[in-house]
Amino acid sequence: MTITEKILAAHAGKKQVAPGELLNVRIDLALGNDITAPLAIKAFQEIGAKKVFQRNRVVLVPDHFTPAKDILSAEQCQVLREFAKSQHLSHFFEIGECGIEHALLPEKGLVLPGDVVIGADSHTCTYGALGAFSTGVGSTELGAAMATGKLWFKVPESLKLLYYGKRNPWVSGKDLILFTIGDMGVDGALYQAMEFCGETIQNLPMASRFTMTNMAIEAGAKNGIIEPDEITFQFVKSRAKRAYRIYRSDRDAIYAEIREYNASKIFPQVALPHIPSNVADVREVGKIEIDQVLIGSCTNGHLDDLRVAAKILKGKKISSSLRLIVIPATQEIYRQAIKEGLVEIFLSAGAVISPPTCGPCLGGHMGVLAKGERALATTNRNFRGRMGHPQSEVYLSSPAVAAASAVKGRICHPEEVMRKGT
Amino acid sequence: MKLEGRIWKFGSNVDTDAIIAARYLNQSDPKILAKHVMEEERPEFSRKVRKGDILLAEKNFGCGSSREHAPLALKAAGISCIIATSFARIFYRNGLNLGLPLLESSEASEVIQEGDRVRVHLTTGEIFDLTQRKKFLGKPIPPFMQELIKDGGLIRHLKKKRLKIKGYRSVRPRTI
Repeated sequence: MTITEKILAAHAGKKQVAPGELLNVRIDLALGNDITAPLAIKAFQEIGAKKVFQRNRVVLVPDHFTPAKDILSAEQCQVLREFAKSQHLSHFFEIGECGIEHALLPEKGLVLPGDVVIGADSHTCTYGALGAFSTGVGSTELGAAMATGKLWFKVPESLKLLYYGKRNPWVSGKDLILFTIGDMGVDGALYQAMEFCGETIQNLPMASRFTMTNMAIEAGAKNGIIEPDEITFQFVKSRAKRAYRIYRSDRDAIYAEIREYNASKIFPQVALPHIPSNVADVREVGKIEIDQVLIGSCTNGHLDDLRVAAKILKGKKISSSLRLIVIPATQEIYRQAIKEGLVEIFLSAGAVISPPTCGPCLGGHMGVLAKGERALATTNRNFRGRMGHPQSEVYLSSPAVAAASAVKGRICHPEEVMRKGT
Repeated sequence: MKLEGRIWKFGSNVDTDAIIAARYLNQSDPKILAKHVMEEERPEFSRKVRKGDILLAEKNFGCGSSREHAPLALKAAGISCIIATSFARIFYRNGLNLGLPLLESSEASEVIQEGDRVRVHLTTGEIFDLTQRKKFLGKPIPPFMQELIKDGGLIRHLKKKRLKIKGYRSVRPRTI
């Protein structure tokens, strides 16, 4: 069996499962945010449920329109707050200790290898980087799962994505996943599990792994997953507060397809409007001037992401033709960025720092685009109107490309502002 | 279960941001959502859609965000069923959970035209284009999910089953 099949089997009390099989699966953690949880709480109440299945296994993170952008958003947060209080939830995060859910939960040790995690947010697939089965669901299902601790799943077929070769300078997990989505299309992995493996993945730091599994949904996948290894253990060991299990794919596991990618032939990538699969090598996109650069989100708001951006921006000024917004994904990352002097570098370069929020990624607040404006963002989606006006444009890239482009005023390869190999 | 309605035709990869933009997600009133459904994609849609109309799309309908507000908005606008070559998986689950039937048929998605009158048999997956007098066979909805739709969605289904909430067992299996 594959790692995905093993985790699902174990959580359904079965020894053996096969793709296509319907399972009633035990949930380790259920997650909702300020947009999706109010509907889930309504569903929970409509079922007639009185108590959540376990108060330390339901997590509510108000991160999308927070700090509350308007009265209605404030009221949605209020629904979460009151529910958390009445249900005595152990994990409700007020803005002072909050962060973007998919960076926050791993940081707090709430999601662990071998877990089954569901979240009413499509990027819940992020936790696969820890060797967990995690997937996005709707609000009604979250409501049902909060009540029962269980949810039905069809065992997905697995795709094996094998990466080999050394990464080129400035190439991160973002470039690997953009390249992959460009290759497979936005429905290339529809209903399937994307299992990322190979030597390139084994050498990839945790932040980049989270970026890759985060964007599995952008290829239509049910989940993205990476087998835990020493890098995973290093990340988990100081954070885990409960036992966890390590699962690995069998050598004779059956895959729907195996694809190989030579990482040494992948260079920094950009996704052009208006679909994440519209990917090109950054050196081949021509002269694209931009109005706003955003470095942040559940995809690329990690400390490593801020470090690489700061490395490029150190001692430089951003182009006077654009705005740069930096959003640390969590309060902890924010604090560390201050300690390491990254925030100072960003401020000196001319950036504005936003508190942790999903904000502009989905056109919420903290940097929405006007008609005709063009943004380069380290986020995950560039659908029409995603970051604001329907006639605005979003390009997607890594933090390195975003930072370099902020200096140049147009989309460029980091080497254009840095000496080769630095 | 039979449904009949007029067709609204859409293309490939219609994402949930296009179905309902995030700027309307600071609330979840179905009536307000219905007013802004497909706002940029088809500005006249929310005004002209009638109760019972059927939405037709190509592949990967409802990709992107997990927002249940998307199928909720379509349902509240009056859409009775969606036929597409394929659906993004979260949208598929959300639709069925809300009691909004979804059928997959690439042939129907290709041949049926905007404005055609179409009848759908949910149990068999049969799709009749009454305007063109043509018949297509969609992938039938699995019996387990048909039950959900018949009951009017997951919530009513669970209520009907007189859900007993069981305690969570934290015992972990030994086999790896």
